Amino acid sequence: MATTEQKKAPEQKKGIGSLVITVERCKGCGFCIEFCPTEALKFSEQYNAKGYHPPVLVSQELCNGCNICGLLCPDFAIYGFINRKKKQ
Amino acid sequence: MAEELFEIEESVPVNTVESFLRMERMPHIWCPGCGIGTTVNCFAHALETSGLDLQKVSVVSGIGCTGRVAGYINLDSFHTTHGRAIPFATGLKLANPELKVIVYSGDGDLTAIGGNHFIHAARRNVDMTVILINNFTYGMTGGQVAPTTPLSATASTTPYGNYEQSFNLPYLAESCGAVYVARWTAFHVRHLTKAIKEALAKKGFSFVEVLAPCPTLYSRRNKIGDGLDQMIYYKDNSEIRNGADTKTIPLEFQGKIVVGKFVDKERPTYLDAMNEFYQQKLGEDYIPYKG
Amino acid sequence: MKADPKGVLTGSHFLDGDHSCSEGAIAAGCRFVAGYPITPSTEVVERIASRFPYVGGMFIQMEDEIASSIAIQGAVWGGKKAMTVTSGPGFSLMMEHIGLAAMTETPCVFVDVQRAGPSTGLPTQPAQGDMMQARWGSHGDYGIIALSPNSPQECFDLTIKAFNLSEQYRVPVMFMMDECVGHMTERVVIPPADQIEIVPRKFYEGPKADYLPYKTNGDLVPMMVKAGDGYNIHVTGLTHDERGYPSMTVPTQEKLIPRLVNKIKHNAPKIVEYVEDQVDGAEVVVVTFGITSRTSIPAIEQARKEGMKVGHLRLVVVWPFPEERIRELASRVRAFVVPELNLGQMVLEVERCVAGKARVELVGHPGGTVHNPKDIYNVIKKSAKG
Repeated sequence: MATTEQKKAPEQKKGIGSLVITVERCKGCGFCIEFCPTEALKFSEQYNAKGYHPPVLVSQELCNGCNICGLLCPDFAIYGFINRKKKQ
Repeated sequence: MAEELFEIEESVPVNTVESFLRMERMPHIWCPGCGIGTTVNCFAHALETSGLDLQKVSVVSGIGCTGRVAGYINLDSFHTTHGRAIPFATGLKLANPELKVIVYSGDGDLTAIGGNHFIHAARRNVDMTVILINNFTYGMTGGQVAPTTPLSATASTTPYGNYEQSFNLPYLAESCGAVYVARWTAFHVRHLTKAIKEALAKKGFSFVEVLAPCPTLYSRRNKIGDGLDQMIYYKDNSEIRNGADTKTIPLEFQGKIVVGKFVDKERPTYLDAMNEFYQQKLGEDYIPYKG
Repeated sequence: MKADPKGVLTGSHFLDGDHSCSEGAIAAGCRFVAGYPITPSTEVVERIASRFPYVGGMFIQMEDEIASSIAIQGAVWGGKKAMTVTSGPGFSLMMEHIGLAAMTETPCVFVDVQRAGPSTGLPTQPAQGDMMQARWGSHGDYGIIALSPNSPQECFDLTIKAFNLSEQYRVPVMFMMDECVGHMTERVVIPPADQIEIVPRKFYEGPKADYLPYKTNGDLVPMMVKAGDGYNIHVTGLTHDERGYPSMTVPTQEKLIPRLVNKIKHNAPKIVEYVEDQVDGAEVVVVTFGITSRTSIPAIEQARKEGMKVGHLRLVVVWPFPEERIRELASRVRAFVVPELNLGQMVLEVERCVAGKARVELVGHPGGTVHNPKDIYNVIKKSAKG
């Protein structure tokens, strides 16, 4: 069931931005991957329950949190945000 | 220092689009690679930053794939009959002028069966924003020819290609008196968000045409790839020409797409014109209509 | 609730039926009218157009009847009481939106000043050919209410009733005038506002979180809210659940559609209205509505003079049809005579209810003029003899 939850992209090297991908909503159109200005995304090799390959981050440090993916995603399955300093 | 600045927060911000959607109705009905959902993101972001009182915002749709937008938007929303979103919206707006009324529907709905209402609402300058998603076809019924289908494109009812001239919608809207006219594509998400925001802020009949891929029933039938191929096409073949003469920007089959803001002018709305006219004619006996 | 005195022209007037209908609408609290010109109904909207600026109303002449019939529904969801006005060809164009109003339970009034059809027919001449269309005109199953005035005075009184019924049952109400009644000028007495009873819209007032737009509490009629009240309502012509969300399943259809029919069917005894004259003990009952009720009177009086026992039952509310009363009479009377300015519409309802227990005679006329009372008299005479 873990795949149906909204989950944060796996933390790799910390970048300016982060993504949330709701894997199960994805229909694999590829808009986010094609138009990511930093080419931070690629198709996952995994399938979701509908049989689509959702996007995954190539590398966390590539994401600048611009949310172009969020604006483009026709299925409301991904969005990006800019990381802020952790509260002390 | 830089490292610390970009520390990942433990709690991630929510996707603001979701607060504008009836999430309990997801997943939506739109096909993989359809551009309608993309335009909904832009609409939600435009609303979010519009400063509008969301309680006073109503979305009205007709019938068709885009006609389903009203059903997914978590605001007062009306899914009316085929082609009649605009006259419904006219009644709603005039009954309560405090409302911000947005018509969100497709090209077939608004310009074929609803064409008469479109031209008259623009002529009257009824205060509403019309967001028209143009996918060049009737998606929901299986890809029939539309008034927007480009010449030579194939549809289920033009199996050998379309021989009817299609509408140049910005030109039509401007000719009829729209005060704000823009055209973007589903690829131009930032521009589109800004255009919708501007249209929402405009008093009078504002019109935003958005070209969006219909991979299932337009692109595939016309052998121009899937949704992503269409989006790439929009990216590579769009020319931003703000202020272009709308006469000069018809759409051709896989031709160049002129996008931009073409019209932004002032004209009294239907209601303002009525109130002002009656005040002049009837004098003090007339109490201005406020709904 | 009483009428708003601002709109009520209390006093005695010399008005035609069309103008009287306009005054009835204003008195009923209607403040939104959308229409498109069509003979013989145009005088209704013309008077509305001249009166509304003084009573805070919004009149808009739309681009066609289709637009008019849905603009009023937008206005209702915006909080107004609203009506549209037309005649046969326009009424035909409005059918889809009668279905929408029935499906979305949008209270509104459709005025049809009937002329002779089909098609363009006789635009300036009377008929009653839209009676079945008023009941069954839109596709699918739904309940409906239709009224039929026979005088300018009733055009005033019953227009108010039409609005009241539409609010009470959240249903579109058909106001079935005809060219004769619309263009007939007579004395119309408009009472003081405090003597005019108005049924206000039943707005939901409970906690927002608990509101379900299409949930009913026993009476089959859900409570309404309007756009801008913060309920984030969704209204659709698709089959919908209690939340108002599309739910295109058989169980939802089986729950919703029977309720739309039953809210009128089960309340029919409360809605039905007719006027009887010497029906008890009659051998022949003449069933009339609208203008035929007036052309029947000389025929009925002549027959009575000649010793025939003739009763007169005039339908004020045509739909729902007074099934119970007709069934009751069927076992007691020899014959029903049904004059109507069509070639047989309401007579089918009479036949259905009589179910072979008595004779049913149509006095049909294709319209263009009213009946010659002699034609009605002849059928009464023939029926009385058995």
